[in-house]
Amino acid sequence: MGRDLATIAAFAAAVGALTWALDSGVWLTFVMLALYATLLAQAWNILGGYGGQFSFGHALFFGCGAYVQAIAQLQGGLNAWVALGLAVAVAGAVGSFVGALSFRYGLKGSYFALVTLAFAEVFRILAVSASFTGGGVGLMLPLQESVANLQFGSRKGYIGVVLGFVVAALLVTAWLRHSRFGAQLQAVRDNEDAARAVGVDPYRTKLGAITLSAAFMGAAGAFYLQVFQYIDPGIAFGPHVSVEALVGAIVGGMGTLWGPVLGALVLHLLADLTRNLFGQLPGLNMVIYGAVLVLIVMFLPRGLSGMGRSVRELWRRGRG
Amino acid sequence: MAERALLELHGVSIAFGGLRAVQDVSFAVQPGTLSALIGPNGAGKTTLFALMSGFLKPASGRVVFDGVDITGRAPHLNARAGMTRTFQIVQPFAAQTVRENIAVGAHLHEPRRAAALAAAERVAQQVGLAPQLDKPAADLTVAGRKRLELARALATRPKLLLLDEVLAGLNPQEIAEMIPVVRSIVADGAHGGVTVLMIEHVMQAVMNLAEQVWVLAQGQLIASGTPAQVTADDRVIEAYLGHGTAARLRGATA
Repeated sequence: MGRDLATIAAFAAAVGALTWALDSGVWLTFVMLALYATLLAQAWNILGGYGGQFSFGHALFFGCGAYVQAIAQLQGGLNAWVALGLAVAVAGAVGSFVGALSFRYGLKGSYFALVTLAFAEVFRILAVSASFTGGGVGLMLPLQESVANLQFGSRKGYIGVVLGFVVAALLVTAWLRHSRFGAQLQAVRDNEDAARAVGVDPYRTKLGAITLSAAFMGAAGAFYLQVFQYIDPGIAFGPHVSVEALVGAIVGGMGTLWGPVLGALVLHLLADLTRNLFGQLPGLNMVIYGAVLVLIVMFLPRGLSGMGRSVRELWRRGRG
Repeated sequence: MAERALLELHGVSIAFGGLRAVQDVSFAVQPGTLSALIGPNGAGKTTLFALMSGFLKPASGRVVFDGVDITGRAPHLNARAGMTRTFQIVQPFAAQTVRENIAVGAHLHEPRRAAALAAAERVAQQVGLAPQLDKPAADLTVAGRKRLELARALATRPKLLLLDEVLAGLNPQEIAEMIPVVRSIVADGAHGGVTVLMIEHVMQAVMNLAEQVWVLAQGQLIASGTPAQVTADDRVIEAYLGHGTAARLRGATA
């Protein structure tokens, strides 16, 4: 635990110092978006990496966070920070609800993935049809820059907020690695029957994991709204966010503390790079992005953070 | 036998479609004993374990553990109450080390991580896994995995341990090493004297260890008694070797 806490503190300090030193808006935006992608990947990792439950619809919780953040301010007249707390709580509650339904009936593997995908899609359609969500047009948050409104003139303010969430997610992950709950969660992931035989309640364990995971996705959704001040059903509940969250965690290394951070950073760099290099040929950047993903999944099953071990194994197999 | 039985089965049955896997089985396991459940392949022994520990719910009959009716109660609740089973096909948490595997069992009654890891180390010593503590469970040999399966169950500090063929797949030397380990579990007063019910094919172990044996064949209990009694029982010999063999064997020795 001590070593994990020390590395998290060092990470926070390094990002903080970098942000403080940076002047260029482009790079500050890069840091902000990379941290935001890290938050998505880290949130997914709690349930997918440590719990072994692969959600394909994590946008559900993201969207709930974003919409609660918007509606609480626009229609509830709540302060943005209070709304943020509410967004996290509602996303967590939606996570418990989906978890209770699917884990109660023992949905696993691809069935669980499909159910989460379906839930996200149902919420997207609901958001299009309901009036309090602004329907297909979405909701716009008026620009009122002040710390009290959680709107900052500089990217540095936003970086502070999202870094706070990333550190919180890292701390929760570190706790999973060194606690009874985390040990039981990983036991359920590795072998549910064996876990049950030694007294682990798989239902409650998975429920706890999805609630935590969803709460962090909700935080990411609320953060998204504060930065871009606009949300619509496609952004909130569409597949893009779900994919970004799970790809970041898988590419970086599921069930590790730093894998999702690394994955989110590398993917973000890659996306930016391909967009800048091949942006004039629409679609080519996505082709390269996809090809790199395929290569990583094929040759580095443990993700980038497990690269050393995977390469050693490939080497041994090649010689043997 | 004035003492209350630790585990009682009353007319337990289950069928899978047309296959009557377990039919009207009743017996009682006395506390502090080491008993064995034997029978030919497909007799329903593992199914009976699943019915006791809550992995399956009996179609009829009752399971009473420590005076409480636990028929069909979820396995994790039974483990909490003190009945832990192992699996014939070993089920390690492959991605984790031996120490972490055993600690999951220890966590049942121990919320603190450090204490659970320390308990895991003690249990590993008891079953002879201490040198492998920091190996990934996936790297263990079959014998090692059997020990791990035993250790993880033992770490839950059970009153009743259901061991499903912990000796299967081991070579004679490994079996000889494992028998004293199993015996020590029952004898070891420091752990509150665990009661053990084992499914076993290795007759050497059954003869050596068990005080009481139940024989299951085609889902039915066909004999019970001491190891010497059941191995002399005609029905048991015929269940294993076929109809008429008991008389032939007697003819051969007469």
